[in-house]
Amino acid sequence: MSNAMSERAEHASRRPLWPWQVLLLVGLFLFWHVLTRSEVLPPFFFGEPLQVLGRIWDWFASGRIFPHLGVTLLETLLAFVLGTVLGLACGLWLGLSPRAARLLDPYITAFNSMPRVILAPIFAVWFGLGIWSKVLLGVTLVFFIVFFSVYHGVREVSPVLLNNARMLGATRTQLLRHVYLPSATGWVFASLHASVGMAFVGAVVGEYLGSARGVGYLILQAEGVFDVNTVFAGVIVLTLAALGLDRLVTLVERRMMNWRPKVQEHDLHG
Amino acid sequence: MMRGHPANSSIVARFMSSAPQSVPALVLDQVTCTFPGRGSTRAAYTAVQAASLTVHDGEFVSLVGPTGCGKSTLLNLAAGLQAPTAGTVHAFGERLRGLNGQAGYLFQADALFPWRTALDNVAIGLELRGMPRSQARERAGDWLRRVRLGAHAAKYPHEMSGGMRKRAALAQTLILEPRMLLMDEPFSALDVQTRQLMENELLELWAQERRCVLFVTHDLEEAIALSDRVVVLSAGPASRPIAHYAVDLPRPRDVQEIALHPRFVELHRAIWSALKQEVMKAHEQRDV
Repeated sequence: MSNAMSERAEHASRRPLWPWQVLLLVGLFLFWHVLTRSEVLPPFFFGEPLQVLGRIWDWFASGRIFPHLGVTLLETLLAFVLGTVLGLACGLWLGLSPRAARLLDPYITAFNSMPRVILAPIFAVWFGLGIWSKVLLGVTLVFFIVFFSVYHGVREVSPVLLNNARMLGATRTQLLRHVYLPSATGWVFASLHASVGMAFVGAVVGEYLGSARGVGYLILQAEGVFDVNTVFAGVIVLTLAALGLDRLVTLVERRMMNWRPKVQEHDLHG
Repeated sequence: MMRGHPANSSIVARFMSSAPQSVPALVLDQVTCTFPGRGSTRAAYTAVQAASLTVHDGEFVSLVGPTGCGKSTLLNLAAGLQAPTAGTVHAFGERLRGLNGQAGYLFQADALFPWRTALDNVAIGLELRGMPRSQARERAGDWLRRVRLGAHAAKYPHEMSGGMRKRAALAQTLILEPRMLLMDEPFSALDVQTRQLMENELLELWAQERRCVLFVTHDLEEAIALSDRVVVLSAGPASRPIAHYAVDLPRPRDVQEIALHPRFVELHRAIWSALKQEVMKAHEQRDV
């Protein structure tokens, strides 16, 4: 009986869902189109989907968007990588030395609960209007997500695994490399999806507050002249880019975490 | 130096004369292990007290005792994973400070690295010792075949059955050729059939090299079937070895067949009568 049930479940999960997802999106745009065309919603404030799509088409056809999108993506990627590496390093360090953790605990809590977006103007003053002020803002956002998941993860490394590695002759550095780091990749990946979004927030908010390039800058410009359609176009382009990055993380995750049981398989056979 | 209990010294003496070794593989001398109190009660807990035990090279010794009697603590003391509060531990004549480098440890729980394949799990000990990866993997391949996992080298632990994981763990430990093997109820999580298979395989591997084994189990039949000597521990806390029984059954043994041997039944009865008292004590203490 369980066999038949699992087969049915497998069958249901294999049926492709994407046509429905596309349909949902089309429906949403249609809804938006009808509401603004009939002026139930004023197009001046809510934009018009056809013009928004036209603007996006225009950007990509003329290539005008690429330098801006490139800068935003570069900022995001740098913030993402630097924040992740720093968060991983600090998470491992504090997770492994409880004394340092106790010493720094109040500062970490304070820094984490602080609304860090407010640092953007300070970073702009310190690092100018180039990409680094945005990267740093993104780093402060990404850092804590990765840091906390690694910091808590270190304490949950199986003591049996640690003892086994020690009995097999692992030194302290080897424990780090062969037990803590591989365990940490699991926790890091769990946090990376949230981190990608945060890196984007850092980049765009940074641009929004002062820059000469980037998608955030385009949005700011459009807002200045009440061009809602361009604002929406920018938002959509950013969303698509974020989706792309998230997908990339998923791909890397699948490659690196192939030792982990697949959730579905686990449910069916476990 | 052997500090046997008077009641059992004759058995111990007989055993020693039959195996004249220069230096014992493992000597626990009057070791006490007290853990600082935790939780609400805050009372310190003494797992083992003034426990003495000697294991000779090539000898297979099983520790049996009621649950919570500090069997695993004794094993951790022998491994150096736990430092004694009092007393000394010597491995092959040398006082133990830190980990016991001569010992391999087979854990009760799964201790394979989940991000490594069976092959890489077996190879890790050699890699940690600085052997080039390709060479380590080659040797690991040989060992996987020895534990009959040759066809499963590329599998991750979650893709293996409980018995396969135990075999891989055994190969992971044995590849380093430890002079002493410490085993903490290694087969307790397996089903009966797999368990008996594993016990026979263990005996076969052990017979090839004849390293000394300290085997912790709560299963008296397993203990008798595998060992040269069965040591009964008193009920915890503050437990210690109270009786030694030499198992003079013929080898090579098959764990299913040996259980039908009249001498096995005799030994079982004798050891159980000693063990039973401790089990009763342990139960009374828990009920109070």
